[in-house]
Amino acid sequence: MELRPILSTLRRHKVTACLLILEIALTCAIVCNAVFLIGQRLQRMDMPSGIAEHELVQIQLGHIGKSPDAKAQTETDLAALRQIAGVRQVGVVEELPFSYGGSSNSGLMLDPHQQQPTVNVSQYMGQNILPTLGVRLVAGRDFGPGEYVDLDTAMAALKTGDTKGLPQTMIVTRALAERMWPGKDPLGQTAYVGKDIALRVIGVVASLARPNMLRMGPQYSVMWPIHMTLADGASYVLRTAPQDREAVIKAAVAKLKQLDPNRVVVTKRTYDEARREFFASDRAMAGILVGVIVALLTVTALGIVGLASFWVGQRRRTIGVRRALGATRGDILRYFQTENFLLATFGIVLGMALAYGINLFLMTHYELPRLPGIYFPVGALALWAIGQLAVLGPALRAAAVPPVVATRSV
Amino acid sequence: MFGYYLDLALHSLTRNKVLGALMVLAIAVGIGACMTTLTVLHVLSGDPLPGKSGKLYYPQIDPQDARGMMPGTLAPEQVTLIDGMNLLRAKRADRQALMAGGAVPIQPGSSSLDPFYVEARYTSADFFAMFDTPFLYGRGWTGADDEAHARDVVITRQLNDKVFDGADSTGRSLRLGGITFRVVGVLDSWRPNPHFYDLTTGSYNYYEQAFLPLQTALELHFAKNGSNDCWGNGTGGVEGNAYPSATCVWLQFWVELDSAAKAAAYRQFLVHNSEEQKALGRFQRAPNVQLRNLMQWLDYNRVVPGDVRLQAWLAFGFLLVCLVNTVGLMLAKFLRRSGELSVRRALGASRRALFAQLLTESGVIGIAGGAGGLLLSLFGLWMVRHRASDYASLAHLDPAMLLVTFALAIGASLLAGILPAWRACHVAPALQLKSH
Repeated sequence: MELRPILSTLRRHKVTACLLILEIALTCAIVCNAVFLIGQRLQRMDMPSGIAEHELVQIQLGHIGKSPDAKAQTETDLAALRQIAGVRQVGVVEELPFSYGGSSNSGLMLDPHQQQPTVNVSQYMGQNILPTLGVRLVAGRDFGPGEYVDLDTAMAALKTGDTKGLPQTMIVTRALAERMWPGKDPLGQTAYVGKDIALRVIGVVASLARPNMLRMGPQYSVMWPIHMTLADGASYVLRTAPQDREAVIKAAVAKLKQLDPNRVVVTKRTYDEARREFFASDRAMAGILVGVIVALLTVTALGIVGLASFWVGQRRRTIGVRRALGATRGDILRYFQTENFLLATFGIVLGMALAYGINLFLMTHYELPRLPGIYFPVGALALWAIGQLAVLGPALRAAAVPPVVATRSV
Repeated sequence: MFGYYLDLALHSLTRNKVLGALMVLAIAVGIGACMTTLTVLHVLSGDPLPGKSGKLYYPQIDPQDARGMMPGTLAPEQVTLIDGMNLLRAKRADRQALMAGGAVPIQPGSSSLDPFYVEARYTSADFFAMFDTPFLYGRGWTGADDEAHARDVVITRQLNDKVFDGADSTGRSLRLGGITFRVVGVLDSWRPNPHFYDLTTGSYNYYEQAFLPLQTALELHFAKNGSNDCWGNGTGGVEGNAYPSATCVWLQFWVELDSAAKAAAYRQFLVHNSEEQKALGRFQRAPNVQLRNLMQWLDYNRVVPGDVRLQAWLAFGFLLVCLVNTVGLMLAKFLRRSGELSVRRALGASRRALFAQLLTESGVIGIAGGAGGLLLSLFGLWMVRHRASDYASLAHLDPAMLLVTFALAIGASLLAGILPAWRACHVAPALQLKSH
């Protein structure tokens, strides 16, 4: 197809052509970045937690009035919960991966005299965590019963500075081990927290995400052998078959209330619910972005239809003359399609530069990574396709202009 | 003349319905998206205490140990219990309050209600006067009550309705966590957003229902909420069991200072206080003091979620595309009417008159688009309210934003109309007339 006549026509409609190019460029730039943002959100929502997500339920209770001996109560509760039909494992956990609320974090150091901690980690405390959550051990072992200390004892020990009451061992994630001791066997290595508390690594798990503060490294978690009770703010976590979860929640709550009616249920939910709640805003944002992309492409398509129709109307006579001089319907159709393709291409080239600029802005203000090159063709293809589809209607109408128009004056 | 132009504009809009509808729709969708996000942004970045916020300050001091100290290190965002009590008792500001968030179990007197937990705030006497809390019945407690660890509680209207059926409950007793408290006041609806005085418990839509003296709550070991930051071998404590250790910051301290001079003096006092504590050996760092007022504090904490800002940018980008689209369509529409415009020119209408006529037409499109945009933003806000975010229920359009909607719509469409109108009224009349 000869491009020169198209270009010379466009030169006679500079303003309109420029507007169309600008619109396509803006749409292309926003669509590129929006698709990228959606990708980021989906990636975040898809992060592995490292636990048996679909098999867990969480129950948290609060005590009204004078609480009895929390430790004895916890033992009684755990024994009763284990008896419930369908319950495979029962544990006490302070927090779960990807959940709002607090988290306990500390700075881990390689050397007790370090000025700045090497890495900030979240610690999981409680009993029977590994089997209950279904975290996969890849090296070493789980805590032995002799390694656990009570939380009260640990707190008292911290106050007096007596290291005997503190835990001596910990389990780390593989990601953390690689960060702390790259290329070395993490088992048996020692890390320090607080002023000078030494903890020896006895086990490595494949993956265990931290509860929140994911910016500090989503997989930087450790487990400490510390016994918790509900009075410390911990929850009971029960592992069961996915289809039994609701029944287990009901039975467990009934059982716990029967053991001590003086308690209020603060939380009872499946882990799936907890995770959904944590990522709700990401899901909403992804939805909004999809909506924006659809709306933008629609508006741009309608704009193309509008302008193309105007041009077709304006050029009816010219088209008639061309038809009379021997141009086929296909020629006219291709003319308008090529014209649109050219405009879209100009727009896309400008749009790429704009997309890059918007990405730079987002990088400085929203801690986003650089826009990978793969997203540029996405925007380009979307706009070429939309442009061709939008121009098809007016172009077909142009092709239908009969040659006889040339012979009529107005 | 304006009436005539309006008539012409309406006539022209109805003549080419599809093009007209496209333009109105593009403006409406762009305005709708913009106003939805702008309203959310407006609500979330609003002043929680208008008229008072300039006098409220949030002092920060730095009691951390020397480890990891670097020039420019930010002071902690809360205070330790010791420092908080020292500053509170120093009484160097017009008013001051020390506070922490928590949760208490309520045991209603009537057996028909099961015990339940409510969010609570443990604070000191000045809290109510400083934050201008409205009282339905009674009043707050006094500084003497603070020191006496009085079993006093101020409850909200909502809790009063639930437990006392809305009656004036001052003087009546209420059992909290097994201890009998005396209700001294009932707050009328008071829901500052953002929850400025303690951002660690959630920035929006977080409301306490019971307020009790801090020292009473500490004595009774009531559970605390919120975050804490520790150094050395400090531990954050655990809710309901132990409070954070002495090397942890976990309380918020607010002061009211009525003038800029007082604020400067208070800053000096904080520096002196830090120096004194360093001389005593309690502080290890050089004085690292901050005194931000309420709005500065909110700004520093970036309370408006990043997603909300991002959505506002997106909506503006979208409006821009809609506008460019409208400019193109208007240009097409106006140029198509070159013949008609040339006739008017030939009959003696000045260029300025034509320009005014065409701008009126774009203004009409703007009003129609604004009305459509208003409906769309009401729908958009309804959607926001049904989302699972802590600020969802706050998203309502207020009269100011209603005005902004129309101003934005008309302004945008006039802006979009300028170029097409200018081009159209510069068409040479003779040439156009001849070609027809």
